[in-house]
Amino acid sequence: MIRTRLGTFAVSAFALALASCSGSGTGSDKPAGDGVAVGVLHSLTGTMAISEITVKNAEMLAIEEINASGGVLGKSVTAVVEDGASDPSTFAQKAAKLIESDGVATVFGGWTSASRKAMLPVFERTKNLLWYPVQFEGNECSPNIMYSGAQPNQQALPALEWAMAQGHKTYFLVGSDYVYPRTANLILKKHIEKAGMKVLGESYVPLGGTDFSGVIAKIQQARPAIIINTLNGDSNVAFFKQMQAAGLSPKTLPVMSFSIGEQEAKAMGTALVEGSYAAWNYFQSLPGDANAKFVAAYQKKFGADAAITDPMVHAYLDVYAWKAAAEKAGSFDPDAVRKAAVSLGSFATPMGAVSFAPNQSLVQKAFIGKLKPDGQFEIVSQPGADIQPEPYDALAFPGKSCKL
Amino acid sequence: MDFALFLNQLFNGFSLASLYLLASLGLALSFGIMRVINMAHGEMLMLGGYLAWLTLLVVPGGAGILLAVPVAFAGAAAMGGLIQTSLIRRLSSRPLDTLLATWGVSLILQQAARDLFGAIGVEVRAPDWLMGSFTVAGVTLPSARLFIIAVAVLVLGALALVLLKTRIGLLTRAVNQDRMMASAVGIDVKRVDFTVFCLGSGIAGLAGVMLALLGPVTPNVGQSYIIPAFLVVVMGGLGSIVGTTTAAIVLGVFSALAQMFVDVSVAQMLLLVFVILFIQIRPQGVVAVRTRQLDV
Repeated sequence: MIRTRLGTFAVSAFALALASCSGSGTGSDKPAGDGVAVGVLHSLTGTMAISEITVKNAEMLAIEEINASGGVLGKSVTAVVEDGASDPSTFAQKAAKLIESDGVATVFGGWTSASRKAMLPVFERTKNLLWYPVQFEGNECSPNIMYSGAQPNQQALPALEWAMAQGHKTYFLVGSDYVYPRTANLILKKHIEKAGMKVLGESYVPLGGTDFSGVIAKIQQARPAIIINTLNGDSNVAFFKQMQAAGLSPKTLPVMSFSIGEQEAKAMGTALVEGSYAAWNYFQSLPGDANAKFVAAYQKKFGADAAITDPMVHAYLDVYAWKAAAEKAGSFDPDAVRKAAVSLGSFATPMGAVSFAPNQSLVQKAFIGKLKPDGQFEIVSQPGADIQPEPYDALAFPGKSCKL
Repeated sequence: MDFALFLNQLFNGFSLASLYLLASLGLALSFGIMRVINMAHGEMLMLGGYLAWLTLLVVPGGAGILLAVPVAFAGAAAMGGLIQTSLIRRLSSRPLDTLLATWGVSLILQQAARDLFGAIGVEVRAPDWLMGSFTVAGVTLPSARLFIIAVAVLVLGALALVLLKTRIGLLTRAVNQDRMMASAVGIDVKRVDFTVFCLGSGIAGLAGVMLALLGPVTPNVGQSYIIPAFLVVVMGGLGSIVGTTTAAIVLGVFSALAQMFVDVSVAQMLLLVFVILFIQIRPQGVVAVRTRQLDV
């Protein structure tokens, strides 16, 4: 165990050394003279790189588009790109560096909840603003973070409601062993019990774990109607593979996943996960001109077969929301920007019209998709209404609320 | 308690034990003969997995996986030989340095795999004849796991034959028992070291192919099996094949049965506690290896 930690440390130290060699501030193509600097902080190396590099790409695309159309408040935007190296403490350190030595107006970044929790004190201390693009477990509410990814009631609960509407009465929860799956499942369990249905089992596997023999034996024993899967990363491949070997394909036993998007499905090989369900606020297959335009622009820049995922679109719309808020406030001051952001009203994005609620989370819709053989999701849920974000679930965290 | 679940987990325990055994045999061999702990052993598993993937790219279908076994064995053995001659041999008198150096190798290999094949890992598709499962008395027996158990038994049998019946086996046992005396009677100890290290790495490469049947091949796939492998070696009595086998079965079954009651994370913790208690009671491991090595 020590070895793994030492390993992570050494790898991040190595990555740090590399980053300092190559120099920071890559990715800008304009002099910072009369521009405004923003930070872009994602894992460009390490285990999260596969997901986060595409999110960085989406942010860079938005910044480029904004610069091409005249910048923000007459200033061109310079991105200072830093590497969080899949390591929470590196994220905190790089956030401090971006704010204190590069003087960025705001930061777009983060993916894992661990990275966000590590950066939060830095943003609160420096009174800067972080735009966080990924769905998460809620139960957090900071004035210095704009939470554009789904709150539990915008992904997990709509997925559960959909499953109930399909007539599924018994549930099995499988997840990686860390804060997001534990909290999401806590909320789901409360809601499943309240609806008078049953959770037949709940199993956690260490992040990156690949042995699912025990979990699958329990699933076979419990015979649930549907599995809700909050596994993250490579564990998903092992899980679906061993399910298939045990004679349980997503076609015979439905699986609803919260962390499998177009990119992950493509990387895992669609044959393995075809027919399984996912809940997101955005699918690449969503109709609409804004989405078509975004997909085309991204694929033109980053390759015709590039997959577009929910966090990428959240990251992309974050940059535009920051632009709109800064223009409304007439200033880049983080405090003025965050106050302007929640009073922007609804604005158009590739995922349709959204707006920021007073608690600095996004008002958005949720969709359920079923994975097709070509790696795209077919949307199977009815188009729902906009869902107000609730950082604190009323059943799981009674009496807590988010006041900013 | 549900009896079917118990039987299922018992089978899963043996399945896990076969993986632990394949992952730890090489470690036990190299420790037994050289008193060297190879921290890059997990990366031999990874290498085997990637070689299986590459083999299946060239030869897709059912024959590919059978071809992947010798390819991964040879590839990992070659890499092991390279590490042994370039590094471990030169540091043989400094065990701590060997530990650090092989750990460095482990990091380099992981990063190399990340750069070559990407961070997310690749998927080896098992052939159709390994996809299904049998159900016997309420117990699900996936073909892939039966196949892995069979491979582990075959490898163990072959290794026993090599050690007991061949000349290199005889030399290996001699060096294991008393390195100085073996050297004094004219055994080329360095050649024995080299051969054993290659053999151990090759078995790890083979284990990598088996892991690829169950999960993704990622740059850090070796990491998740190396710690149980170390536990197996420690508990087995350092360097003993019989002890390693016994310990692999005990730990595999213990871990699987513990999972009936607790999560995988907690089961791993219980496993560690179990090994620590066991070592307290029986520091020499399951089988005490009689050797003069440590007196030297």
